[in-house]
Formats: sequence, C-alpha cells, structure tokens
Amino acid sequence: MRDVAIIGVGMIPFGRRDQDSLIDMLAYASMKALDDAHLGDKAVDAVYVANMGGGILQHQTGIASALVDRLSLLPAAADLVENGPASGASAIKNGVQAIASGYSDVVLVAGGEKMREVTGWRATDFVATLTHPESEYPYGITLPGMAGMFTRLYMEQHGLTAEALVAVAIKNQEMGALNPYAHVEMMITKEGIFDSPHSVVNNPLVADPLRLYDACPVSDGAAAVLMCPLEMARELTEKQPVVVAGFGQATDTHTLQERDDPTDLKAVRLAAQQAFDRAKLKPSDVDVAELHDAFTVLEIAESEHVGFFGKGEGSKAALAGLTRFGGKIPINVSGGLKARGHPVGATGVAQVVEITWQLRHELPKERQVKNAKVGLTVNFGGFGNNVLAFVLRRAS
Amino acid sequence: MAIDMELEAVLRPPEAPQAPYPAKVITLANGKRMVVREVTRADVPKLLRVVHPTLFIDKDYYNVVGARLYSELLAWQYYRVQNEFCLVGQIDGILVGMVNSRMYTAETGMSLHTLAIDRGLRIGAHLFAAKMEHHIEFLGQKEVLIVAESPIGFRRWMTEYGLEPTTIPHELGGAPAYRLTRQLYFDSKPRLVVGDRPVPDELLAVAEQELIAADESMIREKIAGLKGR
Repeated sequence: MRDVAIIGVGMIPFGRRDQDSLIDMLAYASMKALDDAHLGDKAVDAVYVANMGGGILQHQTGIASALVDRLSLLPAAADLVENGPASGASAIKNGVQAIASGYSDVVLVAGGEKMREVTGWRATDFVATLTHPESEYPYGITLPGMAGMFTRLYMEQHGLTAEALVAVAIKNQEMGALNPYAHVEMMITKEGIFDSPHSVVNNPLVADPLRLYDACPVSDGAAAVLMCPLEMARELTEKQPVVVAGFGQATDTHTLQERDDPTDLKAVRLAAQQAFDRAKLKPSDVDVAELHDAFTVLEIAESEHVGFFGKGEGSKAALAGLTRFGGKIPINVSGGLKARGHPVGATGVAQVVEITWQLRHELPKERQVKNAKVGLTVNFGGFGNNVLAFVLRRAS
Repeated sequence: MAIDMELEAVLRPPEAPQAPYPAKVITLANGKRMVVREVTRADVPKLLRVVHPTLFIDKDYYNVVGARLYSELLAWQYYRVQNEFCLVGQIDGILVGMVNSRMYTAETGMSLHTLAIDRGLRIGAHLFAAKMEHHIEFLGQKEVLIVAESPIGFRRWMTEYGLEPTTIPHELGGAPAYRLTRQLYFDSKPRLVVGDRPVPDELLAVAEQELIAADESMIREKIAGLKGR
C-alpha cells in the first residue's frame, strides 16, 4: 500500500450562486485544485465526483463524465459517488484507495451541490430522501426533525444544555465571519439569539429544541482535492504535501428507532477509531478538527464520540471555550457547516480542503492554528448511518 | 409641479384619520438595535432611492415587490392612494427595511409590501409583525388581508401566522387573500411580535435625524448576496 498525499486543494465561496451551474461550480473548484498543485501537464488518471442531488435537483446525471469533459481531462476515468451528505468523504476515500492500491497515480476529487435552485422546503425534502422509505419518510420526518429528537434525548441523558448549543453557534459564526468561503459571514450575539426576549423572533424554533441558529444554511458550493502517492508528491509539486494518514468508515442502522441507544453515534465512534488506528495516532494528537455540525448538537456529540471528550463532557467543553480557536482543540475554525454552509456533496471535500490549508500553515493568522501538524475530519451521512473520518498529517 | 388644489380635491381619495404608530426598538440576532418607526410623505423621496435598485434585481421577486412598492409610495406621496402608512427599520440611522399597508375600510386592513434590505437578520419578519401590530393594536382593525409574492413571504406570513385562506381577491393582482384576524394575531404575538417601548431618546434621535440610504451597489449586494467568481 502506498501512502497518499494531498498536493492541491481548491474551493469556491459557498452561498447562493444563481449564475453557476453544478458543473460550473465543480469545474471552478477543480481548476483551483489543479492550479494549486502547479501540476503542469501531468495527466490526471481518475476523477471522483461527490454529489448527492444532481439527479433530483438539476435533473442531471452522468456528472463525473460531464466534469472530466469540461476540464479537458479526457480520457481520465470518471465516477460519481453518492453517499448522502457523506458523499464528499466517500469520494476522497475512493481516490485514496485507488492511489494506495497502485491503480491510479494522480486523482482529482471534486464535491459539489447546487441546492439553492429550489425552495428551502424542496431542499429539506430532497435531503430527507435519505431516510427510510417505509418507516420514516412517509411520516414526514426530516433531518432537522431527527436532529431535534436526538437533541432532546441528549439533553435528558447527557446533560447537554441550550447554552452549550448557543456557544457552538456563536463560535462557528464568529469563525465563518473570518472565512471568505463561508456562506454566512455574520456574527451573532448571545443577547440576540438567546438572552433577549426578542430572540424568540430572531431565533425561532425549527425542530424543538433546535432553533434557527442551531442549523446550517442550505448552500451552493464546491470543493476539490488533488492527490497522488506521497513518493511522487515532491516530484510533482513544490507545495507542502499533506498525508492521508488514516481513514475510517462505518455504518449504522438506517432507522434511528432500531438503535439500542440513539444517542450513541456508533458509526462516528468506529470511523474515528479506524482512522486513528490506521494513522497510528490518537485523539490527543489532533491539533485542529472539522466536525460535521449540520446542527450544533452534532459538533458536541461528535467531539465526544471521536474521543476528544468523555460522554457528557462535550457541552461543558464548548461552554468553557475549549473548542474555540486558541482553545485546547479548535473545532470548525472554518465556521463549519453552520457558517461555511452545507452543499451536501461538497461538505466532506471542503473539510479536507480546510484541514489541508491548516496543515500547510497557509491561513491568515486569525484562523491559522499555530503549528498545526495533525487534523481530523468527520463527514456524517444520513443521521449517522454512514460516517467517514480522515486523519491528515503534515508531511515531514 | 404646480398643484391645482381645486382639482386635487376631486382627484385625492378621502382619508380617514389614523392613529400614529409608536416607535419601538428591537434587538437583532447580531446584537444591533433596530428602531421601527412610522415615516411620513416627506420621507418618500429617500425611500424611493432605496427601493429603486431593487426594480432590477431578478431574484426572490424583489423586482416585482420593488416596482409595486415604488409605485405605492409614489402614489402615497402625491395623495393618490387612500389611507396608506409606511413603517421603516433603521440601524444607526441606516434604512434596512420598510413595510407599507393601508386601511381598506375602517375594519379591514390591506397589507401591501415588505422589503428587507439587510438580509439574514429576520428584519422582514420583524417589520411585517410591526405592520400587523399597527393594523390590529393601534388602528384597531378587525382583520388584515394579505398575499405573498414570493415563497419566502408565503412561509413568513401564511405559515408562521397560520393565516386563514379566503376567496377575497387581494388588491395586489387579485390573488385570493389570506386573512389575519385579531384572534390569530394575538395567538401569534408572543412568538412573532416583539419590541421595546419607549425607544430611548438617543436612539430615536439618531433614527429621526436622517434616513440614511446605503448606496446602490451596497443595496444590490445585500439583497442579492451572490458569492464567488
């Protein structure tokens, strides 16, 4: 097995991009990744595209083939990877496996989604198509609905508080305001979303007990990474390589009701364990993490399940500022899904792009985690029924 | 333009006396304080400067709302619409949104438009709520007829207030109006209508001193919010 290095990354600002098609966005992000690596005329062997909803939202299929043609990367192999909101990390995993196995040398992974083309209702319904088609979807469940029930249970069983959720929301929007790629570049205050009696309108309930500022926005966006064997990285580019030190992936029951303990995010725990084991590292080695905070509660729950904190300690850590920039383990310095946005197919790729910037020490000082050497990403598909984690390491 | 007051007496619709809307202040999600207050015909030229760029924003029906609001404000300035009122939202004096409406009869209000310039802070929701507050609580009306021109408006007004559908054609294009009754208003008030009164003198003074309009590109950027390239 060969070690795999990330040699180029690219992202376009997330938000509402009315003027761009899905393929436009994927192409812009891919060109940035190719430019970033200064790859020259070295051929790309394979392209993996992460996208969840092109067939539903844009009535477009064959997206990977379309991207390869748009980028003039013919005759590179092209595959679309659809794994719900974890599509991005799944596509990277496929690329890593292709390189590690020796089947491919240079692989481009692009993830993108165009969700603002439809109303918020339709976008929510589109994401809900990942729920169980017989025992969940027909009864009107949505991802916010699931997250609301999960939060209530987490509050009852693990001492999670509304104040801790507010702390995550404020932290991530503060960081998003510093990230030019973020969809939401707006600071919020505790007074405005929690303390003031006016907050009932500013921050209404979305899925009790979750409120508006507990949820990520619906976004358009794309991100891309370019990878090759570590041994080739120095020949191909002068950029600081970042090594995919380990990845993990695990699944859980499709329906929430079949889980022994719905607050146990088993797939997160197992995916992170696998990733750490393969990387021969442990949670305490991580300098910076991008966790899948589609809802604020998930950042706290994931911070416990990956091993940063014990169960029930994540909310205390959030309140104590341990997960803030400059804290013990900075989480979602990009603003996370909460502020950067969550174009579902792009998210897992965007997390890896962000951590790559961190490990290359390329970010402006107000977002750069000092001397970061190891990073973690968690991309959460379904409601935790398909989760991928990556441990990335700055190459020595 | 010379005004022939003899003709004006014929051309102008009769006006009913309207109770004033007492200003209030709302703390927004970002901690900034928005003053909501009633403006007068003398303020219309300033308002039109802000509305004008929206006529050309083909997004979320801003162009439709902008064009209609522009004409309604102009008609109000020249006394060509009956019993209209306009409320504005200001942060540090800067105009961030406006709503207009009118008394159709003594008992029925006809909601016209809601325009938010600064988006993402629920300014439109706050201003719409203020408009309903004025109709029901200060003008003492029994009901308000409402239509939405955008899906966002539909979600904000029809869904959040649980408005009653009717077959009454609304004067904005004839779409069947939805109705806010006093009962619905007071049921919704705890979760949708907020604000503190009186507005502290220093805040009100800043708001009343000048209606500051952002420049045209800023207005477009705030509304369109397009990213990238």
